[in-house]
Amino acid sequence: MLMPGPKSSVLSRITPQLIILGVALLLNVIVLPDFFHIDFRNGRMFGNLIDVLNRGAPVALLAIGMTLVIATRGIDLSVGAVMAISGAVAASMVVDGHGWGTALLAALATGGLCGMWNGVLVAVLRIQPIVATLVLMVAGRGIAQLITEGKILTFMNEGLIHLGAGTIAGVPTPILIWIVLGVLMMLAVRRTALGMLIESIGINERSSRLAGINSRVLLICVYLVSGFCAALAGVIVAADIKGADANNAGLWLELDAILAVVIGGNSLLGGRFSILASLIGALIIQSVNSVILLSGLPPEFNLVIKALLILAILVIQSPRISYLLYMLRATEPRQDPGQSKPKEEAAQ
Amino acid sequence: MTDDIRPVLHAQGISKFFPGTIALDDVELRLYPGEVHALLGENGAGKSTLIKCLTGAYQRDGGTITLDGQEVNPQSTAASQKLGIGTVYQEVNLLPNLTVAENLFLGRQPVRYGIVSRRKMNASARATLSGYGLDIDPAEPLSAYSVAIQQVVAIARAVEMSGKVLILDEPTASLDRDEVQLLFSVIRQLKARGLAIVFITHFLDQVFDISDRATVLRNGRVVGTRLLQDVTPKDVVTLMLGRQLEARVQERKTGAVGKTLIEIQNLSKRGMIEPFSLELHEGEVVGLAGLLGSGRTETANLIFGVVQADGGKIKLRGQDITINRPRDAVAHRFALCPEDRKTEGIVGDLSVRDNIILALQARQGWMRPIPRAKINEIAESYVRALDIRLASLDMPIRLLSGGNQQKALLARWLATNPEFLILDEPTRGIDVGAHAEIIALIEQLREDGMALLVASSELEELVAYSTRVVVLRDRRQVSELTGDQITPDNIVRAIADEAAATVETA
Repeated sequence: MLMPGPKSSVLSRITPQLIILGVALLLNVIVLPDFFHIDFRNGRMFGNLIDVLNRGAPVALLAIGMTLVIATRGIDLSVGAVMAISGAVAASMVVDGHGWGTALLAALATGGLCGMWNGVLVAVLRIQPIVATLVLMVAGRGIAQLITEGKILTFMNEGLIHLGAGTIAGVPTPILIWIVLGVLMMLAVRRTALGMLIESIGINERSSRLAGINSRVLLICVYLVSGFCAALAGVIVAADIKGADANNAGLWLELDAILAVVIGGNSLLGGRFSILASLIGALIIQSVNSVILLSGLPPEFNLVIKALLILAILVIQSPRISYLLYMLRATEPRQDPGQSKPKEEAAQ
Repeated sequence: MTDDIRPVLHAQGISKFFPGTIALDDVELRLYPGEVHALLGENGAGKSTLIKCLTGAYQRDGGTITLDGQEVNPQSTAASQKLGIGTVYQEVNLLPNLTVAENLFLGRQPVRYGIVSRRKMNASARATLSGYGLDIDPAEPLSAYSVAIQQVVAIARAVEMSGKVLILDEPTASLDRDEVQLLFSVIRQLKARGLAIVFITHFLDQVFDISDRATVLRNGRVVGTRLLQDVTPKDVVTLMLGRQLEARVQERKTGAVGKTLIEIQNLSKRGMIEPFSLELHEGEVVGLAGLLGSGRTETANLIFGVVQADGGKIKLRGQDITINRPRDAVAHRFALCPEDRKTEGIVGDLSVRDNIILALQARQGWMRPIPRAKINEIAESYVRALDIRLASLDMPIRLLSGGNQQKALLARWLATNPEFLILDEPTRGIDVGAHAEIIALIEQLREDGMALLVASSELEELVAYSTRVVVLRDRRQVSELTGDQITPDNIVRAIADEAAATVETA
């Protein structure tokens, strides 16, 4: 698993996540046999699978940015609050009569600015990420309330609403947004040296700095991207309910985003990361949500069941278990010291 | 003390392997009652690994430990404490918020009706500590007292709990002169009580002050055990630094030195290193010699911008340049292979390939990724040129041995095509084969016209490849040797001057 050939590397990296997603979807099918059924009505796709993809959009978007932040050994607790801020900005802009494009750009810029603030605290002032982003997590909702003047700011701007509730070629817009952004980001980190440099900082920042990597700028950029992703998620959530709710938009979603990244097999200790795996992680969370809803269990069970399922996933991926598996594999060749000369040499 | 006395603790054939390295190789240590035994060696020589094997913090991979004639096999530090081996570390690991008495008796408080009897505890704490010449109030929190007193309390706790062997791991590192004397008087009392004491320190004068016997470790092996009354500090320094490569000394070539490349003028950093000046030419290897803590690494770090200098300047081909961060240095085609490979060199979880390409890619910036084919070409050519042994370029670099990691780091810098290469302890902790290859590489690079600054504690090695040797002591440049002056003896003399003088006057 550690050193796969170049061809199978992506697939073997995400195999555990695909299996878990498969199981989660299977549970959905057991509860609701025609879970995969997709209708095409009024020029729009309908179906439970589409719902999972659509409802999972905010967490998926957050997970993209969060993956990069976590890869640098950081964490971004402020994304939920940034969603509220950017939703409030977008809503207040269209309420003031600006076009939806301007509103979107303003919201994204605000998100980027929030991310940059986090980045400066972490990279320049060297505040621990969890504390640095906690500041904005707490203050952010206050800022959002100031923008909405304490009420739920509703709007009727068709363009903006389209981002959250509309469709393009029958596909709900949020699905397209997270898939497109995910693909763009994957290309951005893997087709440039960005991914490697981010991983390098996360694994050993001191070594990286000594190798001449500009870790400060990279760190700021990573938090900026996280803020940007959060802003996009915030706009979608606001557009979906046609209003900006400073108190509830994105509430606790930072935790789901972190969970998606962790389920995606990315270590909170930073280093090697896979955005694709995180996105699958986000889908796993949404599938679990879906199965609980579809099962018709009383809602008070929801959180407990979700916690149990996630606990199971994390236990399977826990260091102790993976260490046991690793040791099981590692001890095998040592049984015959005489025979495996070339290997021994390599390991010396 | 004579050798007829049975040792309290006799460790024989102790071996310990870490993935890729042999940390301890057939190490023997005899500790006699009423004797202070100094354990010496440069960092990475295996001192702390040996201690950890003795106290059960590590499980040894071979060898036996006998305590009072009985073979023991402690599985944990708690178990070794019960057997009679107590350890006190440099950082006092007591609880500063508890009282002195509580610290002394933690885990074995005198109990009355199931309740800790404070009065009894304080009384016996006072009695115990007065045995160490300490008249302090045991009901006060430990943090109310100086580090030296805390250190003595830690020793008292270790002795009361164990009482046969006391291991002191750099106990004087953060003490001032008077405090050291306080500690030494305690050590002398314990000696008189018949304890076997292991004393680890980097201060040679303290070794001669308090110890009876010294065992010197180098690269995980015992290179000698000496009664200190029979030897001089110079002998000990010689043992510590080794003379493995003596045969090579004569082969040294003093090739033609090229144009001046770098002039360092009064570069300094308060509290780290005194102002120093250095001129480096193309095709020249300048060696940096000195004991641990003499300022070798500090010098390298200052030039490379790892630490920002607070005075002086650096000129490259006569032009003033500013180096505030390693990035600046890399931009000027400097390179630095740091001393601590693990924390400052390798990026452990990244592949060997990525590690080799890292510095070059960082210099190019992320926007201009080096094409995959080019990366493979560079990595493969260095793997071949430096004979890096690996199963695959995709394997994480942390799985390589020390020597191969070092070669990969050299490859990382050579790939940037540097003009000035700083190597800090390039051969530390690597096997003999890789050792020789790296030395050969240094000579090759010099012949190719690169300027090199090599800090090393291996004197023969320095003698073998340096065209000049700068000797550092107490964070100062104390002498510069050139040409025929460069011999291990001369270097040792320059290093040991001060240490010897201190002992004589003491």
